Amino acid sequence: MDKKRRDFLKIAGISTLAGLGGPAVVDRLVNGTSPVGANAAREYDPDAQGETHKAGAGEHGEAAEGAKTRKRWGIVIDLRKFREDPELAEKAIKVCNYNHNVPHFTNKRHEVKWIWLTEFENAFPEHSQYHKDTKTLETEVLVLCNHCDSPPCVRACPTKATFKSPDGIVGMDYHRCIGCRFCMAACPYGSRSFNWRDPRAGLDMKKINRKFPTRMRGVVEKCNMCVERVGIGLQPACVEVCSESKAMIFGDLNDPNSEIRQVLKNNFTIQRKPSMGTHPSVFYIV
Amino acid sequence: MLEKALRGNKYYWMWLGFLGTFMAIGAICYVRQYNYGLGMTGMSRDVSWGLYISQFTYLVGVAAGGVMLVLPYYIHNYKEFGRITILGEFLAIASLVMCLMFIIVDLGQPIRAFNVMLHPTPHSMLFWDMLVLNGYLFLNLLCGWVILTAEHKEVPPPKWIYPFVYISIPFAISIHTVTAMLYCGLPGRHFWLSAIIAPRFLASAFAAGPSLIVVAALILKRISKFDAGKKAIDKMVTIILYAALTNAFFVCLEFFVAYYSNVPAHKAALNYLFFGITEHGVTYNNLVPFMYGFVILGVIAIALLSIPYTRKKNEFFLGLGCVLMFISLWLDKGVGFVLGGFVPNPLEQITEYYPTPNEIMITIAVWCTGFFILSILYKIAVKVEEDIHG
Repeated sequence: MDKKRRDFLKIAGISTLAGLGGPAVVDRLVNGTSPVGANAAREYDPDAQGETHKAGAGEHGEAAEGAKTRKRWGIVIDLRKFREDPELAEKAIKVCNYNHNVPHFTNKRHEVKWIWLTEFENAFPEHSQYHKDTKTLETEVLVLCNHCDSPPCVRACPTKATFKSPDGIVGMDYHRCIGCRFCMAACPYGSRSFNWRDPRAGLDMKKINRKFPTRMRGVVEKCNMCVERVGIGLQPACVEVCSESKAMIFGDLNDPNSEIRQVLKNNFTIQRKPSMGTHPSVFYIV
Repeated sequence: MLEKALRGNKYYWMWLGFLGTFMAIGAICYVRQYNYGLGMTGMSRDVSWGLYISQFTYLVGVAAGGVMLVLPYYIHNYKEFGRITILGEFLAIASLVMCLMFIIVDLGQPIRAFNVMLHPTPHSMLFWDMLVLNGYLFLNLLCGWVILTAEHKEVPPPKWIYPFVYISIPFAISIHTVTAMLYCGLPGRHFWLSAIIAPRFLASAFAAGPSLIVVAALILKRISKFDAGKKAIDKMVTIILYAALTNAFFVCLEFFVAYYSNVPAHKAALNYLFFGITEHGVTYNNLVPFMYGFVILGVIAIALLSIPYTRKKNEFFLGLGCVLMFISLWLDKGVGFVLGGFVPNPLEQITEYYPTPNEIMITIAVWCTGFFILSILYKIAVKVEEDIHG
């Protein structure tokens, strides 16, 4: 009996030692970054000083201001413009669906959505008041992935199949995703879709965009902020299609002189569920 | 020792044949699902986890429940549990196999499952869950087998096995804690975002696991010479009772926090689960009967296990109490907890989930596979006991 007890104490001692290393691990868990990711960021932007990255990631990108930092892409959606031209939103959705070969299924269980319209109260459940003005009540809101600065989906993903790029875009690797759908449970905006069946069954294969891959069944997908266009200096397709009306403004949130920063400076904007601590990159002017 | 599983009477083979039939049907259903995709299930964009993950969650608890035998026996030297500790260890093995199967059938790309190890991601709770579940499976296989082999040879277990036995105790706690963390660390899922989830999971696990072991012990007593002993069973019932009452207490606390604070988001899922939600003239309440079942069966089970007559004098009522306890907690955690957490969705819309027949058959088949493994393992354990004492 005594010997057994000694064995137990040994184990308890070792476990305690392991526990002392815990805070460092917890810190990493909370930030949702791995040393690998941090290094990648550093390599990406040779101008940046290592120190500024640390600040930039945590403080909504603002602490890094002034220093030369990496870009952080963001979008402002001006709901006033969408009220003026009700067809605009449809155009944006259509061009996105075409560009990314987003399948269309009539069965609601199988639906895949990248950008879509929803009621104001569904997009902003935290902004509920007793008597809303008629304008707000009638407003339908374009919703899409928020490309959060602190994305819960990236934290949840067990394979890094969804990841945050150094430019702030939250991307997906369709070839690494195992389809566990943990990211869908983690996203507080319901922005993620799963390919419940072969997405090609929901596409007219004669009319697909051959420049963008179709996905396979069993993987998660979502808005990628047109990373394939932004990478070659273009604007996201939805932004471009409303460029005349300036209903959507795309730009670098970390550049104080960018157009998007001027718009943010001069207008009252809101974001979806700010209390979640996700720091979205998408803003709304109501 | 495996050869002991190959000899049995016709009821033994009929039972295995019965389970095997469902396993075969489930295998066909899984091939269908594999070829079509998970669209063959009732899951959707809004309710993105269904029966599979809810069964997984419940069975992690059943696996962890075995520790309620291991701990008193090895730490407190409670000798009465000597014979049935092996039942707890083998139950853990069967439950964990079911857990892993439920994860695999739920994956969209099951052949990529090893990506979790290929690209280890410490900030994902699923990564840690994979580690502790496989670790606990390994520990139980090792400890169960080594100790039973020693018993078979009528020698004391080797000394080197004890560290593994002791490690298995915190591991049992960890599997259910980490499984709770899959849920309680997600922003925007208010029903799950509660620090009491892990303790609540453990409480219900320590009632559900031992309940199944008591039922198994009562059955084994009838069909074999394996007798767990009255004292051991009575002690287990005490453990079940305390654990079940703790779980009920935790559920009440969840109700208090939600309804006294009156925060709509915190009330929403409880409203949906227990009372149904009416929106735009449509009532959504397909889980309400299950939640009523959870409460009613739970009360009956607690009564049967605490009234002296039904608990000590009548084995039928004792067994019934344990079966009802197992079902009640299954309704709570194996149905309500996971499915209820998705309603309403992050945009506060309501989508209800109805599993498809194909999905239900796969679910039944995984349960049957677990019971198949459990039957074989228990058969071996019982035969070893009989050879020594019979």
